[in-house]
Parts: sequence; C-alpha cells; structure tokens
Amino acid sequence: MENQQVNTGNPRVDIEYRRKKSAEEMRYHIISFSMMIFLTFIAFAAVGFKGVTKSFTPLFILLLAIVQVIFQLYYFMHMKHKGHEAPSMFIFSGALVGFIIILTFTTIIWW
Amino acid sequence: MHVEEKFTYETWPAAPEKATLEAKNKFLGFWLFLGGESVLFASLFATYLALKDKVPNASMAHAKDLFEMPTVFVSTMLLLTSSLTSVYAIYQMKNFAFKKMMLWFVITALLGAGFLGLEIYEFNNYVHEFHHTFTSSAFGSAFYTLVGFHGGHVAFGLLWILSLMFRNAKRGLNLYNAPKFYVFSLYWHFIDVVWVFIFTVVYLMGMVG
Repeated sequence: MENQQVNTGNPRVDIEYRRKKSAEEMRYHIISFSMMIFLTFIAFAAVGFKGVTKSFTPLFILLLAIVQVIFQLYYFMHMKHKGHEAPSMFIFSGALVGFIIILTFTTIIWW
Repeated sequence: MHVEEKFTYETWPAAPEKATLEAKNKFLGFWLFLGGESVLFASLFATYLALKDKVPNASMAHAKDLFEMPTVFVSTMLLLTSSLTSVYAIYQMKNFAFKKMMLWFVITALLGAGFLGLEIYEFNNYVHEFHHTFTSSAFGSAFYTLVGFHGGHVAFGLLWILSLMFRNAKRGLNLYNAPKFYVFSLYWHFIDVVWVFIFTVVYLMGMVG
C-alpha cells in the first residue's frame, strides 16, 4: 500500500536509519531554499534591470516562478516522498483546470 | 499505534502525519482541499489578468504607477523565509522535538505577521496616495480580491497556528496533534506557492507594464 511503515521493530536500526534520512532531508531543505531565494533574486533583477528586453521578461519570470513552485511542492511539501500519488493527482488536476481558466480569461475575453 | 499512546524519540513513527486512520484521512482531505484552492486562486488570477489596468479614466493609476519594488521584495523574503521555518518545524516534529517545533512555529507566525503588516501598509498607501480602492475601478476590484484573498489566507493561517500552539502548549507531541501541525505546514507552504505567482504575475509583470 501507499503508506509503508518504515519501522523495522528494532529501535536501534530504525534510529540510525532515521538520523541519516533526516540529515539528508535537512540538506535538501537548505538547497531548495537557496534555490528559491536565487530564483526570486533573478526574477526581481530581470524586472529591475532595464536592459532586458520587455517582451521577454514576463515569460522569463513566469518560468522562474514555476520552477520555484516545483521546489516548494516537492521539497517543502514533501511531494517527492512515497505515498503522494493522490495528492499529486489532486494538485495537478487543480493546476490543469486553473491553467484552462487563465487561458480562457486571457484569450477569449477581449474587453 | 493509537492516538493516546505515549511516545519517546525511539518509538515515534517515521511518518506521524500518516500513522493513524484519522491522520491519513486528514492528509488526503487536505490535499484535495489544496487542489480546490488552486482552482479558486487560478480563477482570481484569470479575473485579474482580464481586468488589469481597466480603469474608467486616464487620470487613475495603472499597475505601473502603483507597485514599488522594495515593499514587494521584503514581503516576498518574509513569506519565503517563513516557509523555510515551517519546514524546519515539521523536521523537528518528525524528530519528536516538541519545544524546537514550537519555536520554529513561533518564528513562522512572526514572519507571517510581518508580511501581513506590510500588506496592510501597502493597501493603505494605495487607497490614500492613489485613490485605488476596491470600488474605484474594475482593476481595483480584481486586484484587491486576488491579493486580499491571499492576505486573508495568511491571516487565517496565523489564527490557525496560534490556536494550535496554544491548545497543545502543555500536551507535547502525540499522534493526535502531530497530523494537525503537519497539515498546517502544508497550508502555509501553499500560501507561499500562491504568493510566488502573485509577486510574479501581479507585481513584477505589473512593473514591466
């Protein structure tokens, strides 16, 4: 099933394994946070720095936002862990419907 | 494993957020809620994009005139950092370190409050300096609905975490409250996800023109 029990029943084995896992977790958190800060800086710089061509900027910062959100979902919200099949389906269905709504409102509506 | 069981660091399950049936249901239900929230926020974004800069006369402020980079940048940093501190809190929850978890949640709440304060200052500035209000134009309505709804989520999140911390202050961690803290952190990250799109689509794209 999707919710595996990680405990083996032997506390010492479990703890050692868990310590290693949490150190690894912490490393991922710090890496993803630095990546997110970095992406945010680039996005603000792209707008603040006038040299970048105007038509290119919105698309570029939107791409940065999407990458940052993927970090947030998979690392901070733990979607990379096991047992997130249903959550992925929910959130991606939501994103798909959302995308269609936005597409509709920005293309069909003309006033 | 049952809800009232007493745990130690050694016996605490690796995934307390899904250790009981109630926790599993909470976890699944909350993700379904987040899926729904994405649709809701997407529709507000869509409305905003359709009505951006639609003002009745030329004297009224457009997105370009309103937004200031420093304020938005500081808000973004506050919320992004609070997302990190809440992930630290959950990290401590998984290590069965109740006090440390509470400390990180306190920091999260403080950063969230800072964000909210900045947003109130910003809205106040728009209303008084630019006469950009909820009823002044279609642009104003769409802007305040989208950004205000996000701010409302932050305010609700603050009340949520404060009541969780207050209620469980003397209880310590158990399988009854661990999933509650976990679900809150999901909510808080989701607020940050929405903010990433707000600062990009509303503020930065607004400044580009």
